[in-house]
Amino acid sequence: MATEVLMPALSPTMEEGTLAKWLVKEGDSVSAGDILAEIETDKATMEFEAVDEGIIGKILVEAGTDGVKVNTPIAVLIEEGEEVPSDGPKASTAPAPAALNGEEGKTAAPATAAPAPEAPTPDTSPDWPEGTEMRSQTVREALRDAMAEEMRRADEVFVMGEEVAEYQGAYKITQGLLDEFGPRRVIDTPITEHGFAGIGVGAAFGGLRPIVEFMTFNFAMQAMDQIINSAAKTLYMSGGQMGCPIVFRGPNGAAARVAAQHSQCYAAWYSAVPGLKVVMPYSAADAKGLLKQAIRDPNPVIFLENEILYGRSFDVPILDDFTIPFGKAKIWRKGSDVTIVSFGIGMTYALEAAEKLAADGIEAEVIDLRTLRPMDTDSILASVRKTNRLVTVEEGFPQSSVGNYISSVVMEKAFDYLDAPVINLCGKDVPMPYAANLEKLALVTVDEVIEAVRKVTYR
Amino acid sequence: MAARKAAAKPNVSAEDLLSYYRDMLLIRRFEEKAGQLYGMGLIGGFCHLYIGQEAVVVGLEAAAKEGDKRVTSYRDHGHMLACGMDPKGVMAELTGREGGYSKGKGGSMHMFSREKHFYGGHGIVGAQVPLGAGLAFSDKYKGNDNVTFTYFGDGAANQGQVYETYNMAMLWDLPVVFVIENNKYAMGTSVQRATKSPSLWERGAAYGIAGEEVDGMDVLAVKAAGEKAVAHCRAGKGPYILEIMTYRYRGHSMSDPAKYRTRDEVQKMRTERDAIEHVRDLILQGKHASEDELKDIDKEIKNVVNEAAEFSKDSPEPALDELWTDIYASDVPQAV
Repeated sequence: MATEVLMPALSPTMEEGTLAKWLVKEGDSVSAGDILAEIETDKATMEFEAVDEGIIGKILVEAGTDGVKVNTPIAVLIEEGEEVPSDGPKASTAPAPAALNGEEGKTAAPATAAPAPEAPTPDTSPDWPEGTEMRSQTVREALRDAMAEEMRRADEVFVMGEEVAEYQGAYKITQGLLDEFGPRRVIDTPITEHGFAGIGVGAAFGGLRPIVEFMTFNFAMQAMDQIINSAAKTLYMSGGQMGCPIVFRGPNGAAARVAAQHSQCYAAWYSAVPGLKVVMPYSAADAKGLLKQAIRDPNPVIFLENEILYGRSFDVPILDDFTIPFGKAKIWRKGSDVTIVSFGIGMTYALEAAEKLAADGIEAEVIDLRTLRPMDTDSILASVRKTNRLVTVEEGFPQSSVGNYISSVVMEKAFDYLDAPVINLCGKDVPMPYAANLEKLALVTVDEVIEAVRKVTYR
Repeated sequence: MAARKAAAKPNVSAEDLLSYYRDMLLIRRFEEKAGQLYGMGLIGGFCHLYIGQEAVVVGLEAAAKEGDKRVTSYRDHGHMLACGMDPKGVMAELTGREGGYSKGKGGSMHMFSREKHFYGGHGIVGAQVPLGAGLAFSDKYKGNDNVTFTYFGDGAANQGQVYETYNMAMLWDLPVVFVIENNKYAMGTSVQRATKSPSLWERGAAYGIAGEEVDGMDVLAVKAAGEKAVAHCRAGKGPYILEIMTYRYRGHSMSDPAKYRTRDEVQKMRTERDAIEHVRDLILQGKHASEDELKDIDKEIKNVVNEAAEFSKDSPEPALDELWTDIYASDVPQAV
């Protein structure tokens, strides 16, 4: 049966090309792999090979023809003893369908069409039963207990990283784990972030639940490809087959006097990526409940800790088992005059500022996001509807910050409730300096929070 | 085709030879069809064909047992077919359709099958190497004797993460076979223009990893080397490196005019060293099958490939709400 040889698409973007030269003529026998023609695309001249054997019955497009559209018949291939059909042969395969223009596509209704957004419905349930007995614990101890409890619960949970085992953790977060769980489950790695992050992701694909500790998140930059391209995207790229239950954890943000390469907050970076969940706890109870939740979550979780908070003590519930769900903010302080939204170490500035403002009669509502992705925007919106004013506080860089994202959500969904422009307080737009006085200046301060609140409350 | 000198009476059954022939031919015909569908605009984006390298995966699959894992780069169609994945599902993924292995959301470079222990299909050069070691880590942790075949090319062999992985794989005795598919060109850069290392497998020696070079155009040589490597891993001796010397007949991807090598070089490999012709010769010389019987196999394979192509065209494009699924496991995707 005669078949048409069609103008091929030779690159992802090619729509037409020049048929530069025929290397066969009518009557020639060709077999699969023989070059039929040279075709010029906008990028290169490509050789075009035969995919079937046969005889060139007719050449339909002359050499030198420009602008030959992809899928145009350029020659007819016939079998031995066959004539070229006069009415044109059937193409062996149907031409490509026209590209979808998305006219049937699900497009979100533009914001302008929705002037009355639905009332937010934040989850205000308590994190643990009322009356639960509490004890004072440091964030460090709470994190360790969370890992130990989850490792007791499930054999597939293990921890790996630099100095996590014999050294007991560079910041002593894994203290005692080697003694209890042994070297099979508490694994010292060489200094090789890209490699061990990838091994962790592979182990998660293989059915384990790794906790990968980065000595600090600054070093996770070396592992960024494995975190984003391998961990975050594979579930989607596999059509839901290949989940990656893994926790990447470690200290994030500025410590003290360690300068630019060791002082950076990655909250905004990771929270930009679909497929990741991003947690940044402030208190010890949250650190424990959220880390346990992270270890149980079937998705890759970025768990951002803070070195300065490690030694800080908070009340932690005495319960055999408790977790804190992702996407549920915590209101630390009720107030009616302004909403301050923060997370992680930013909460220390927010809460201290709120206390000082209260002395002046300004009551701030302070919200700790706890998880950045998923983000509890309902709690923010509900609060802004009440206070009509918003200040966000974080240590990261100002451009494309978490606060910027919150501002956009509030503007879209609570524009009519705002009585002042939102202020995003961030670290300064500079690499972290070493000198003590400059470092202080580069970080967000309690005074800046107070000043921002006065600005938005006009007081 | 010029008859090749076959090893005198190789120790292999007719059944095995015919099975290798069938498997390699399936890959070649499938890839030719994929090239054709690309030319018609039915397959988009990047499409890296495996034509010429068929003996590598078919030989190594012959050395694998149930439970063994495999992971590779973006030149992955051959690996999937060789481990028994359905040609229809693979082709439909290439055309971006609902019936594809990733429901059309992964494409040529990103396909997976838990059932066949195929862990992708990865688009970032070299990234699959630590992933493969991690898969091997999971098996060692669980205490079974499974092995992971971690495939990468001569180009990826220059990525730093490969050596980070070698170090840890040997340190922890991970049961991983590192398979370097040396097809001589990393896109347009020949091995000689990318490194002064005399060989790639020997770099493992710096980490204490044993390995060897293998003739990748001889499926029996690949199988034999694979068996040795796998036995090494299963015995708990840690990783093993196979540098398999092979050749891709087509460009790096569909849009590569391959001007960095001569037509003669390609033709010489095709006519003198073709892996499928080699097995064909062994079958005919050993009188394991007649020309007619081989023709029947050819026809059968062509039908399988045509059916896959038809399926890949008939399968609908994914439903539009698939845009929002599979972002998080067992969770409602975050609406922003």
